[in-house]
Amino acid sequence: MARAFTPKVLTANRLLEGDVVYLGHDDAWVLHHRDAVLFTDETLANDALAVANTQPDVLVGAYLANAEMQNGHPAPTHFREEFRTRGPSNYAHGKQESIDV
Amino acid sequence: MYSYNQFDKEFNQTRVDQFRQQVARRIDGSLTEDEFKPLRLMNGLYLQLHAYMLRVAIPYGTLRSAQMDQLAMIADKYDRGYGHFTTRQNIQYNWPQLQDIPDILQDLADVEMHAIQTSGNCIRNVTADHFAGASADEIEDPRPTAELLRQWSTDHPEFAFLGRKFKIAITGAPIDRAVTKAHDIGLRMVRNEAGDAGYEVIVGGGLGRTPMIGKVLRAFLPRADLLPYLESVMQVYNVLGRRDNKYKARIKITVHENGIEKIRELVEERFVNQRAAFGGFDQELLKDLEAAFAPPEFISAPLDAYEAAYKTDPAFRSFVDTNLSAHKTDEYAIISISIKKHGQTPGDATSDQMRTMAELARKYAHDELRISHEQNVILPHVHKSHLYIIYQELKAVELATANIGLISDIIACPGMDYCALATARSIPIAQQIATRFDKLKLENDIGPLKIKISGCINACGHHHVGHIGILGLDRAGVENYQITLGGDGSQDANIGERAGPGFSYDEIIPAVERIIMAYLDLRTDANETFLDAYKRMGAEPFKLALYPPAKVAAE
Repeated sequence: MARAFTPKVLTANRLLEGDVVYLGHDDAWVLHHRDAVLFTDETLANDALAVANTQPDVLVGAYLANAEMQNGHPAPTHFREEFRTRGPSNYAHGKQESIDV
Repeated sequence: MYSYNQFDKEFNQTRVDQFRQQVARRIDGSLTEDEFKPLRLMNGLYLQLHAYMLRVAIPYGTLRSAQMDQLAMIADKYDRGYGHFTTRQNIQYNWPQLQDIPDILQDLADVEMHAIQTSGNCIRNVTADHFAGASADEIEDPRPTAELLRQWSTDHPEFAFLGRKFKIAITGAPIDRAVTKAHDIGLRMVRNEAGDAGYEVIVGGGLGRTPMIGKVLRAFLPRADLLPYLESVMQVYNVLGRRDNKYKARIKITVHENGIEKIRELVEERFVNQRAAFGGFDQELLKDLEAAFAPPEFISAPLDAYEAAYKTDPAFRSFVDTNLSAHKTDEYAIISISIKKHGQTPGDATSDQMRTMAELARKYAHDELRISHEQNVILPHVHKSHLYIIYQELKAVELATANIGLISDIIACPGMDYCALATARSIPIAQQIATRFDKLKLENDIGPLKIKISGCINACGHHHVGHIGILGLDRAGVENYQITLGGDGSQDANIGERAGPGFSYDEIIPAVERIIMAYLDLRTDANETFLDAYKRMGAEPFKLALYPPAKVAAE
């Protein structure tokens, strides 16, 4: 039996900078996980992933990552995705340097 | 030291020019990521968790000051003002942008450097004893051979698409500082009964998910036979090695599944033809390389000022006693510069620190620097009269930490703070162990101890050969750290034994502390090192400290 679909965000790295981005509302790629669209419908999620894969001049390595709604915003459910929202823990060199995460 | 010939220069420039075009075509969308990925990996460019990463080769860990200066310039111009020295004697930049990579490669090519074969299923950057050409215990400087291997393996068409990556390490000394027994091929310079220098060839070592200690394929290989013999090994591996499963594709599995006798038989069979095919040019080239690596002109000078400073400055004395190694020339010493200040990221040097080290090499150390697989920087030839000024200048840029070989001199891979393959973080564990034992003021009392930390099963942090090894894993969505005990990366190489169930991120530092306290309690005296105590008593007393029966029963 297929595993039940769990809510997901669509994420990738930007081609030039390598920055982690998420698909936000209005089809824009955003830096903040909390601004991402949380897909609860598997078909819609897969459609969005297919669209992302047609943008090789903008993105690298798009995939769907598990997330859940917390305080009205999507939040990661795995520590790897949590690290991706802010950057490394040894220096404030990731996103935490330039944006409020 | 070796300087590029015309061929090297043209080859390197051609690669830079090619990659510049490839990057342009990726950016304009005419190459997909699937098409581009093998091209970027051939040039050392990875995509990590938060950004691209460029891995730059430092062949056999040897650098001139001008090259170190250029690494600092690149860190400032294209990255965030620092670089990360790795366990394969390379340097990695964690934040370059794709459009800048061709310019970085050009800046590297300008100082005879590159990022070729730092990734992919080819023969990787050859590593060597970081004390090569300087240490008192050496038979011969292995770097001419390492450079010969670099030239032979660079873009070698037959070995460009191996079943898996292939790593070669070489040492010219009986004390193995190059972890030769944990490489696909390890070469140890030895003498035969007639007194001739040659190589002991070790094959099939490796760490990763299936750790193996290499086996001796040839106890003594005459120097002139090296390239035809290694070609024979590579050919046997290329044909016999598995390609059905990437986890079974390294030569260690080929050796394990077929047996060392079978491999030896096949290699020797091929070797007859390979040797006949070599016309002796490699040996002419080796002679030129030996001349290029001729020792510097050592000086002689009074040592009174050094000896006086040693007596009067206790911090300098500690630095000398901990960070210096015996040089083959009496008036000289080898300085290991710790890139492991307590609480800092192992192997990370700022551009200012790089420039200081370059300047010190230029002024006082015959213009030579080395990168060690233990993620430190070496000044291999320092006259003792210069030690005090070097120490003071290092201190000014926070590079005078006297902890070489001690508990805070930890190898740690980048782990999940950077690496896309990692399953847990490594760097914060290393930072916390270092600061904890610094705070306890136990570091010197504990004495020689190698802790090595990997953030995944691929074992870039060499945890299997750490006296205490730590492996970070993802257990049901939580970071979990397994401990191994009794590993050894030296000439007495040994794979550490897993102690038992893993520990959470919050529990791992106290767990390490319990091991250390048990060691301090159980050692015969201060001269018995942790590893010696482990060999004497086995794992049991340490397991008892890690998993106290009362606590286990209560749970």
